[in-house]
Amino acid sequence: MDSLILLMPVAMLMGLIALVGFLWALRSGQYEDLDGAASRILFDDLPNKKDPLP
Amino acid sequence: MNAIARPVAAATHCAHCAAPLPPESQASYCCAGCAGAHALVTGLGLEAFYARRQQADGAQRPTADAPVIDFTPLARATRGGEHSLELVVSGLTCGACVWLVEQALAAEPDVMQARASLSARRLTVAWRGPAERGNALVALVGRLGFSLAPWSTACLRATEDAEGRELLRALGIAAFGATNIMMLSVAVWVGWDMGEATRAGMHWMAALIGLPVVLVAGLPFYRSALAGLRAGRMNMDLAVSLGVLAATGMSLSETILNGPFTYFDSASTLLALLLAGRVADRAARRRARQAVAELLALQEGAVLVLSADGTSAQVPVEQVQVGARIQVAAGERLLLDAVLEGGDALLDTSATTGESLPRRFAAGEALPAGAVNMGAPFVSRVTAAAQDGSLATMARLLERAEQAKGHFVDLADRVVRWFVPVVHAVALATFFWWWLAAGMPWHHALVPAVATLIVTCPCGFAIAVPAVQVVAVGALFRRGVLVSSATALERLASADVAVLDKTGTLTEGRPLLLPGLWSNAQLRRAATLARVSRHPLARALARACPAAPVVEGVQEHPGQGLALGRTRLGSARFCGIAGEDLGLTLWLAEPGSAPVAFRFADTLRPDAAAAVAGLRALGLEVELLSGDAAPAVRAMAEQAGITNWRAGVSPEGKAARIQALRAAGRRPLMVGDGINDATALALAHVSAAPDDGTDLAQTAADMVLRAERLSALPQAIATARQSQVLARQNIGLSLAYNALAIPLAAFGFVTPLLAAVIMASSSIIVILNALRAGREVKSAWTA
Repeated sequence: MDSLILLMPVAMLMGLIALVGFLWALRSGQYEDLDGAASRILFDDLPNKKDPLP
Repeated sequence: MNAIARPVAAATHCAHCAAPLPPESQASYCCAGCAGAHALVTGLGLEAFYARRQQADGAQRPTADAPVIDFTPLARATRGGEHSLELVVSGLTCGACVWLVEQALAAEPDVMQARASLSARRLTVAWRGPAERGNALVALVGRLGFSLAPWSTACLRATEDAEGRELLRALGIAAFGATNIMMLSVAVWVGWDMGEATRAGMHWMAALIGLPVVLVAGLPFYRSALAGLRAGRMNMDLAVSLGVLAATGMSLSETILNGPFTYFDSASTLLALLLAGRVADRAARRRARQAVAELLALQEGAVLVLSADGTSAQVPVEQVQVGARIQVAAGERLLLDAVLEGGDALLDTSATTGESLPRRFAAGEALPAGAVNMGAPFVSRVTAAAQDGSLATMARLLERAEQAKGHFVDLADRVVRWFVPVVHAVALATFFWWWLAAGMPWHHALVPAVATLIVTCPCGFAIAVPAVQVVAVGALFRRGVLVSSATALERLASADVAVLDKTGTLTEGRPLLLPGLWSNAQLRRAATLARVSRHPLARALARACPAAPVVEGVQEHPGQGLALGRTRLGSARFCGIAGEDLGLTLWLAEPGSAPVAFRFADTLRPDAAAAVAGLRALGLEVELLSGDAAPAVRAMAEQAGITNWRAGVSPEGKAARIQALRAAGRRPLMVGDGINDATALALAHVSAAPDDGTDLAQTAADMVLRAERLSALPQAIATARQSQVLARQNIGLSLAYNALAIPLAAFGFVTPLLAAVIMASSSIIVILNALRAGREVKSAWTA
């Protein structure tokens, strides 16, 4: 039973990290364009400037 | 070489927009715009777009006659000489379009950032340099075949959805709480050999997570329940709030007393499930709202204001002052109330009065806002600013009518009105029975009472209706019906009389070429000239012969016609033909042959008769109300198969007819596109507007019909009716579950495990049932 004293807080902490991660993603606007994000991952081309600025 | 020896099969579709090409055509493009767009795309090295896009149906054709908007004043200056611009992009349909737009802009040397959002159709572009550069960047995207408009406040309202984001955050918190508490709860449920102290630790741990989660994630429900109570109504959220709070309170007392079980898991799971339903419901409707806002943004325009010193500038409508002199180009819509300054003007007033033939206005006459200039450009003096004009007055009337419609009580809330008191009475009776009759201590008697609240707490019940709505609204969206109002589906299902407008609804609302005594070669030559003009008739002629080649050197004589060498296309007088002008007619005069007349008329939409028959098959009476003259209305009514029609109806007359129908206990479905229909649309039980209608009509209507036009309407009614049946079934299923669960809970047989099983299984059953709402409805009229 001693192991519970360690394992339960660890499990909670991991859950909390996930929650904080979700809240951060929400705040930084990552849920604004779900359709775009789904296809954006497939396009990895870097912008090639016609005439690079000096 | 090969092409000569073995003729290559000519391309069947345009290489850029993929519109079908006429069989005799040898070109790979349908128009010069597409050829330019294709060259631009390949020049940038972005050909991969054509392989990547998911949809290619000819919609992505650059329009030569896009309204000219000056984006310079809209560009926002940021630090260090940079500017940024927010735009709404129409035609952005898949990830490949996003990629193309972003890459094409990023290739410009001075563009710092270009980011397009696929769900919001919003493009943000930032560049280093002067604000004027924005116009060139917009033109670049326009050349690719996308239409752009300034990002409007309406778009913002549809997208910047603070409430939706709050729901999503609450869902994340509730889901976190539900999963973590469930982990502890399962340990308690199966840990029958668990020591007292360990169980107390588990309970306190669950309380530590459960209390803040229930408080924070439940906020949307508590707020709505309070708002309902203040208005003297019991709503679904009140039932949810009471159930969740009672479960939490009872669990806290069980934790302190170290009882066998706590219900923190039920409370947080309930919140998570309900929030998930609500988030999905909002997302479905947000998509429709955004599509409508996009249509409206594309219509929002600028006005060409002439100043005293002879210069002119494009000014946003809201900033035009009374007394300003504005120029209205051919084919342009007059956006403000004005009086004509000099000469005369030919205006298409079909949007304001429903008349199908353009009317001639003399100098000094008042011109109605919303009319389209069918003749030469004219100058007029503004008599009312945008916010006091006739259009704004109409918009305010609509708002009032809209608020009246907000009192509609939907099915779920109607059931809740008697369900909540019954359940709470049962829970209270349970408590008193165990406490007073069975002699239990009060805090033990609380357990079965709260268990009753939890199992009845309408998980399946609260999801029952939204789940059906999500699926049905999504299915209709895919079929081109944008449902933006929350209760529109339910109202649509109960409509029993359809009131249709003529011009623009039953008919195309724009002139189409009629068959006549001309040869195809003559049509082709005339269309060649017509292509350069923005005049509505010239555009109709060009549309009738899209394969006509582009030639240089065509001269336009505004208000009269077009000339190429000695060939002339235009009014009878311009072509030197004596006699009366025949209304919507263009003459083609060529040296060496007799002049020919191309006649135009507003014709019935191809699916109008089928749609009317479909409405009838669904049991709706069909009426036609038009502001046009009797002969024109009679002809259209006969073609569409409508016997009950009225001509010469004023906007007030239309509204009065709708009110009369409602007073007689009928539930009218109004379909209209014009400014003259807007009041009637807002007053009707439920209303729809075609996507090429005026912005006022689209704002007033509950639904916007896209793509499929009228024939989508019977289908939408069938879907709405089916979804009502499914919603009723779902409510029935939930009630059946409750009938089973309430006695179990009241007699103290329900453990948290059983409550979780009941909750989850009832939710899954109603969700599975709701999925049937998306299926194509095979109704009598399609058979």
